[in-house]
Amino acid sequence: MHPAFSVIFLTTLIGVGQGLFLALFTVESYAAFDLLPRQSSAFYATGSVIALLFLVGGLIASFFHLGRPERAWRSATQWRTSWLSREVIVLPAFMGTVFLYGAAHWLDINPVFAQLPTGAPVNVTAVLGTIGTVLAFALFVCTGMIYACLRFLREWHTPLTVINYILLGGASGFTLAAGFAALQAPDLVRFFAGWAALITAVGLVSRGASLLRNARLKPRSTLQSAIGIKHPHIVQTTQGAMGGSFNTREFFHGGTANLLRSLKWWFLIGAFLAPMLILGLAMFEGEGDLPLLLVAFAIQYLGLLAERWYFFAQANHPQNLYYQSVA
Amino acid sequence: MTQLALVIDLNVCVGCHACVTNCKEWNTSGEAGPMVDQNPYGKDPTGTFFNRVQTFEVGEFPNTETVHFPKSCLHCEDPPCVPVCPTGASYKRKEDGIVLVDYDKCIGCKYCSWACPYGAREVDEHQKVMKKCTLCVDRIYDPKMTEEERRPACVRACPTSARLFGDIHDPESEVSLAIREAGGYQLMPEWGTSPANHYLPRRKIKLRIRHDEIERADNPLKIDGLLPKPDKAEPSLDDVTSW
Repeated sequence: MHPAFSVIFLTTLIGVGQGLFLALFTVESYAAFDLLPRQSSAFYATGSVIALLFLVGGLIASFFHLGRPERAWRSATQWRTSWLSREVIVLPAFMGTVFLYGAAHWLDINPVFAQLPTGAPVNVTAVLGTIGTVLAFALFVCTGMIYACLRFLREWHTPLTVINYILLGGASGFTLAAGFAALQAPDLVRFFAGWAALITAVGLVSRGASLLRNARLKPRSTLQSAIGIKHPHIVQTTQGAMGGSFNTREFFHGGTANLLRSLKWWFLIGAFLAPMLILGLAMFEGEGDLPLLLVAFAIQYLGLLAERWYFFAQANHPQNLYYQSVA
Repeated sequence: MTQLALVIDLNVCVGCHACVTNCKEWNTSGEAGPMVDQNPYGKDPTGTFFNRVQTFEVGEFPNTETVHFPKSCLHCEDPPCVPVCPTGASYKRKEDGIVLVDYDKCIGCKYCSWACPYGAREVDEHQKVMKKCTLCVDRIYDPKMTEEERRPACVRACPTSARLFGDIHDPESEVSLAIREAGGYQLMPEWGTSPANHYLPRRKIKLRIRHDEIERADNPLKIDGLLPKPDKAEPSLDDVTSW
């Protein structure tokens, strides 16, 4: 597939936003049970603003993917069958929840509804945070299923696709949260960095698993089944167009095999190994080294851009069987 | 229920691209808007087509055979491109099984083209919406046309009658007969999309004559001439019987 930068930025940016929100609400939940020190409402509000910025950035990027962005509202109608439509509904719902969560903290409107048996208060932000958490995971599932539901793109048609979206988004969000904590709440740096390193490590395992799986895939469609002629030796001589077509532009990544091979190692280093190393270093330092953590996030984000490019480029669409020779 | 479809005879197709040009001519002149080409007279001409004729070489020299392969939307009975559409612009008509795109609803997200294993959908770079074969839905029901004209443009153009059009759910239709009697098959059956369009395979007309049909077993010395008359007393049932 041709990796479209609009979709690469959409999926990576909203992943960071979702991960950062999950990181914020994790701290609030821990604090509610006195497992972590309570943070000021400004901490949550500022964090929500940053998460929202990433989500808005992703949303803007997504519009560049559309031929007719002015009709984008129509894409919310087919949620019964289309994962893309479901994502279109869940993304704004999640953004609205993050906004309300941040606003409730910012304005300090946080009445307590009830108390859990343990004595932990159930307040407005706890409810909004819980809804936001559900929506964040729902959004990850929608994003992943957009790709995983296409059964003949076999590189994508696996539960690992959804798991990877959850883990990679979560990892980048927690890494950003560690940097944010270095700025606003240094006592949380170790907590965030630890979780970020852990999620990154699990993400490495699951992304590695999908790489291994895809390397062993055998194509189900062949030129023989594509044109229905049973002969082991078939060569395409023309594809009916001399200057290429939508089919040659949309379904081929255009890079060399060498680029694809080397990019795999670059994103394994950039998205996983380097951030884990830096996060580990930051945990030892403890008190929060803002530049170091921002470098960790920047490297991980660039790594994820490469990972997403590779994700698209690796998927080999069966229609490519019909487009092997331009003439 | 009706399922309109094309049946394309690969045994007859000569790869002249008449179906491609007539398809483009008809569909670029319709109400749905033109199918604009980019760079039509330049170095890399490109544009949207509903129908393409591709050519494949089967076998290795000197035993090769050129196969011309027209490819358009197959109007699958279980079209994977329809449920993924987020706007409902892609739909399959219940009354005749044609898969269509509503160009006024399409947002040009290209997701349906990802969901089509055949590469039958092409984005119109000018109108910025997804386009595909309509089976000439604006022709085949036009009451102003004669019965003969109410067929898809590609079918009308084909000089060798390689393209048949009809209802594959009607067992007595021309297309059903062709599928049944000439070995019609579907493309990429492994995905279970059940394409409505079928292809008829290349067929070699071969006369199978056994050796003993050329050399008569009853004339081992290959001597031409009248065979000896059998004795009248000898009972015989074959054609040498002389009485």
